[in-house]
Amino acid sequence: MKRMTRKATRHVNQNEGLIFEKSSAGKAAWKLPPLDVPEVDTAALLGVAERKDLGSMPEVSEIEIIRHFTRLSTWNYAIDLGMYPLGSCTMKYNPRVNEHVARVEGIANGHPYQPEKISQGALHILKTLSECLLEITGMDAITLQPAAGAHGEMTGLLMVRAYHHSKGNARKKILIPDSAHGTNPATAAMVNYAVENLKSDSRGMVDIAALEAQMSEDVAALMLTNPNTLGVFEQDIHKIADILHAKGGLLYMDGANMNALVGKARPGDFGVDVMHLNLHKTFSTPHGGGGPGSGPVAIKKALEPFLPRPVVVTKPDGTLGFDYDRPQSVGRVRAFYGNFGMFVRALAYIQANGPDGLRRTTEDAVLNANYIRKGLEGTYDLPYATPTMHEVVFSDKVQAKKGVRTMDIAKRLIDYGFHPYTTAFPLIVPGAMMIEPTESESKEEMDLFIEAMKSIADEVEEDPQTVLDAPHSTRVSRLDETAAARKPVLRWKPTA
Amino acid sequence: MAYPTDRKYTKEHEWIQTSGTSATVGITDYAQESLGDIVFVEVPKVGVELTAGKTFGTVESVKAVSDLYAPASGTVTEVNGDLASSPEKVNKDPHGSWMVKITLKNPKDLDALLSAADYEKFVAEESGH
Repeated sequence: MKRMTRKATRHVNQNEGLIFEKSSAGKAAWKLPPLDVPEVDTAALLGVAERKDLGSMPEVSEIEIIRHFTRLSTWNYAIDLGMYPLGSCTMKYNPRVNEHVARVEGIANGHPYQPEKISQGALHILKTLSECLLEITGMDAITLQPAAGAHGEMTGLLMVRAYHHSKGNARKKILIPDSAHGTNPATAAMVNYAVENLKSDSRGMVDIAALEAQMSEDVAALMLTNPNTLGVFEQDIHKIADILHAKGGLLYMDGANMNALVGKARPGDFGVDVMHLNLHKTFSTPHGGGGPGSGPVAIKKALEPFLPRPVVVTKPDGTLGFDYDRPQSVGRVRAFYGNFGMFVRALAYIQANGPDGLRRTTEDAVLNANYIRKGLEGTYDLPYATPTMHEVVFSDKVQAKKGVRTMDIAKRLIDYGFHPYTTAFPLIVPGAMMIEPTESESKEEMDLFIEAMKSIADEVEEDPQTVLDAPHSTRVSRLDETAAARKPVLRWKPTA
Repeated sequence: MAYPTDRKYTKEHEWIQTSGTSATVGITDYAQESLGDIVFVEVPKVGVELTAGKTFGTVESVKAVSDLYAPASGTVTEVNGDLASSPEKVNKDPHGSWMVKITLKNPKDLDALLSAADYEKFVAEESGH
């Protein structure tokens, strides 16, 4: 380790067991005041459902609880600690202004059961965010309900299905390029479509001849990510849309990579009929730890009757309200109107940046990814020479000769103080190393990352075992992921 | 690795070995090598009809979930139940760890498949070394 990183050093990392293991009978972190209402007979009220004890709930003191979770939190890696170059996931900074706005009292304490007349502010947030997202995407209508990207995909395909069904034939197939996100074929299967794989050409783009050959009146839609998972913009997107439309098919765009397009190009202008956005990627709402996510679906006019209900509308008296009277709707896809807290944060991000600011974030995201591409070209194999946008995919081809694979290099990155990049995806690149810095990173942080990656490449040549055994600086060393998948231990059991 | 010459191969990396009108199907050494440690194999039930070129199951590794493509059309007569509890057998002995046995609908399906030598050539081109 002669050129070890300047970013990470070891620090004390306390061991910590499960909270159940700390439990001892009778300990408690609470004390109730004396009862000042008449006691009720719970046994008589609840019968057999009455609980006699707490079961296996841990009994611990307040400081033990605080220390337990504080210690666990120090094992974590987060965007607030450093770069999170997880390609395809767009792990950008979550600006503090988003959190500030989400905590404004009137917003934080709103309740979905409040009558419409005292929910006008919240409805206004839904409407304004919808309008912003429609302007950014160039689409005609939108639902904010879906709770995640894959949920958005499913909602989108349900609308595609309802659209074709209304024309007398729901059709049988969905075409999906071999570079697609795994959720795309899973979604198509969930909506009861057969999946047909579409090959990529040598540039890493959709093979137009293959698409022409496979397109038929049995195809409901093509699900395409643009820029695709190699970070390559599908330059023939107009032609692709025309081929689909000529046979009555629809173009679905997976918006996972919108971070490369916002303020620059609009899917609605290049032929997309349905698309989802990931507010937790492109629009800076929290992503890790369950988010929660948010996957709005934007559509063209022809699909509007099928939007999930309710839809936010302006009523004749000028106030906002929910319209439930939508006979062709695919139905509700989420309780109330989706993950409202994320809408507040996304709108804060959009309005804090403004149109020029958003355009700038796109430019910076693309610039940053290309800075890393340039910095590591020659050190790592670049399987596709086509220009890339907001992310770059290398392969482990050079390092594999020494027996070191993408996963080993990713594990070694942890020792250098970085979250690993995305390994083994997209599937069309054997040994893929997918890197997406996002616009959040400074040149200084990226220089440290490039230096770390180069240093690991040197180690592979001089001392591959160090990389193969990584990580070394973490609490626990390399975990046996295979055994965990083959023989999972799914619950803690007390030792007798 | 030398690929056994007693069977045929697909470009999707399955092998098929016939005996009369019945056939045994598995995945190749190249497939298990590129998938990495296999943790789950999902195959259809006995009696299910397979269509040549269409998916009939999945193999899950620590890296990815991949589809299995039927090398030929036919009806499943037997599945290798061993793989449910010991999927690692596919990594250890890919050409011995069969996944399904089928009764061929049209034995001529096999004419379109690759010989061991052609498959080896195909794999060398695909992996680029």
